[in-house]
Amino acid sequence: MTRPTPDSVVDPPATSPGPAAVTRKRGHARAAGLRTPRWVGWLFVAPALGVYAVFVLRPIALTVQYSMYRWDGIGPSTWAGLGNYARVFTDPDLYDSILNAVKLIVFFSVIPVVLGLMSASTIRRIAASRLALVGRTVLFLPQVIPLVAAGIAWSWLLSSAGLVNQLLTSVGLGGVARAWLGDFSTALPAVGVIGAWVLLGLCTILLLSGMSKIDPALYEAARMDGAGPLREFLSITVPSLRQEIGVCVTVTVIAALASFDIVYVSTQGGPGNATMVPGLEIYYLAFSERQVGIASALAVVLMVLVLVVALPIQWLTKDRSS
Amino acid sequence: MIVGRRETWTGRLLLVLLMAVTLMPFLSLFVTALHPSGSYPSGLEWPRDPQWGNFVKAFQAARMIELVKSSTLIVLGVVPVALLLGTMAGFAIGHLRMAGRNVVFLAFVLGLTLPFEGIITPLYYQVRDMGLLNTRWAIILPLIGLFMPFAVFWMRAHFVNMPDELSESARMDGANVWQLFWRIHVPLAMPALSSLAILLFLWTWNQFLLAIVLVDDPLKRTMSGALGAFQGQWGTDMPLLCAGSLLILAPTLVIFLIFQRRFVTALLQGSLKG
Repeated sequence: MTRPTPDSVVDPPATSPGPAAVTRKRGHARAAGLRTPRWVGWLFVAPALGVYAVFVLRPIALTVQYSMYRWDGIGPSTWAGLGNYARVFTDPDLYDSILNAVKLIVFFSVIPVVLGLMSASTIRRIAASRLALVGRTVLFLPQVIPLVAAGIAWSWLLSSAGLVNQLLTSVGLGGVARAWLGDFSTALPAVGVIGAWVLLGLCTILLLSGMSKIDPALYEAARMDGAGPLREFLSITVPSLRQEIGVCVTVTVIAALASFDIVYVSTQGGPGNATMVPGLEIYYLAFSERQVGIASALAVVLMVLVLVVALPIQWLTKDRSS
Repeated sequence: MIVGRRETWTGRLLLVLLMAVTLMPFLSLFVTALHPSGSYPSGLEWPRDPQWGNFVKAFQAARMIELVKSSTLIVLGVVPVALLLGTMAGFAIGHLRMAGRNVVFLAFVLGLTLPFEGIITPLYYQVRDMGLLNTRWAIILPLIGLFMPFAVFWMRAHFVNMPDELSESARMDGANVWQLFWRIHVPLAMPALSSLAILLFLWTWNQFLLAIVLVDDPLKRTMSGALGAFQGQWGTDMPLLCAGSLLILAPTLVIFLIFQRRFVTALLQGSLKG
C-alpha cells in the first residue's frame, strides 16, 4: 500500500492551490484527506471488515440458519422451522436458564451499582489519602484476574469447610452454614455473590471517576442550604452520575446475561438446573447433547435479549445535552 | 469542602471492609496452598508446617513454562494484528470519512454487545472445516474478528477528534494516504493505542470459552483455558489446585501491578466508551 495513491499521481503540482487557497476552500472541502478520493478509505476498512465478516457476521448468520433445523452436528439435518424457538420458550429446562440469567442481574448489576454508589460517595471524601490510592488498586484486582480463578477461589470459600462458614460459625450463625454452591436454594445467589465480587470494584472506581468531575461548589451550596448527606447524595451525586451509572448497568447486565466462566467453574449449572444459564446451556446442548438446532435457537434468543436490554439503557442514560 | 469527621471515618471503614472482602479469596487461596498436598484444610487456618513445595509441584503439574509460552504466542498472534486492523478501520471511518462509513460503523457497533456464546457453535464447525481445530490459530483468528467491534469503535473515537489541518498540511508536503496514516497519525495515536493494547492483552489472556471449545490440548490454550483443565485434573487436591490457581493468575497480576496506572485508565475508558 505504499505505492502512490491515484490522486497523488493525477494531481499535477503546478495546479495545486497555494496555502491561501486552501484556507479559503476549507469551508467547502469536508474530507480530511482533502484530495483523497473517498473510496480509498475502503482499502483501510477492508481487512478489519474481512475478519469481522468471516469470524463474526458469518457465524451469526449461520446461528440463525442452524436454529431453523434439527441437526445432531454430524448427519443430515431436517427443517424444523420455528420449532426450536417453540422449544426454548416451552421447555422449562431451557427457559429456566434464561430466567436464572435475569435473576443474576440482581447480583451482577443491582448490588454492585448500589453498593458502588454508596462506597464511591464515601470514598470521595477521602480521595486524596493514601488509603484511597491503595484501595483503587486493590478493588481493581478482580477485574484483572481470569474469571476462572475467581470461580475456583470462591468455590473454595463457599464450600462446606470454607472460610464463609467458618466466619458464620465464629459469630454464632453456625446453624445456617452449608455448602452454599451445592444447595438448591442458595446456589444461584452464591453464584451471584461471585459476580458481585468481580464487578463491585469496577463499578466503584468508575463511579468514583465520575464523581471527580462534579463541581464541588454544588456540594458547598447544598450544605449551605442545610442538606444532609442523604439529600446531597440523592439530589446531586446520583443525577450527575447518570452517564456513569448507565455504563455500569450496561456492562454488568451484559455480564449477567452472558455469564459463562464463573458458572462453568463453580457449579457447572447444578445442583440440578439451579444455576443453569443460557451460555452454559448452549455449550452443553451443542457439544454434549448434540442438539445444534436448539442450541442455536437459544443462542439467537440470547443475542437478541442482550441487544434489547443494552440498547435502551444506553439510550436512556445518554447525556443529550452534549 | 465542608466534611464531617464522622463521615470521613465511615468512609475509611467502608473502604477497608471492601478491600478485605476483595482480598479474602486471594488470601484463602494462598493459605490453603500451603497445606499438605491431598489434605482438606478447613477455612482460614495457618498450617503448622507450611508446604512451600506445593508451588513447585503445581508449577510442574500445570507445566507452567509451556502454558506461559502458549498464552504468549496467542497474545502475539492476536494483539498486534487486531491493533493494526482496528486502527486502519478507525482511521478510515473517523478521519478519511469515506462514503458509506455510517453503515460500516453501525455494523461494527452492533457487534459490541455480542455474547461469544451466541456464535460459538457455528464457529466450531467453521474452524473445523478450516482444519484449524486444536491449533492456536483456532483461538487467534476468531479473537481478532471478535475484537474488531471494540477496536474500531475505540480508534474511531480517537481519530474523530484529530484536526483536519494536520492531514491537509501533510498532504501538501506530498505524503500519500498510507504515509499520512503510518507516519503522522499512528505515532499521534499512541496513548489510545497503548490503552487498547492493554485491554486486548487482558481479554486474550483471560479468554476461556474459545479455549475450551476449540482446543482440546491445554498446552495450546490460553492461561484461563488451561486453568479449567487443571481444575478438572487436580480438583480433588485442594492445596495443589489453590497453588496452581495462584500461579496461573500471577502473570496478569504482576503485569497489572507494573502498569497499574495505564491499566486503570484503560479499563475505565474502555467501559465508558463501550
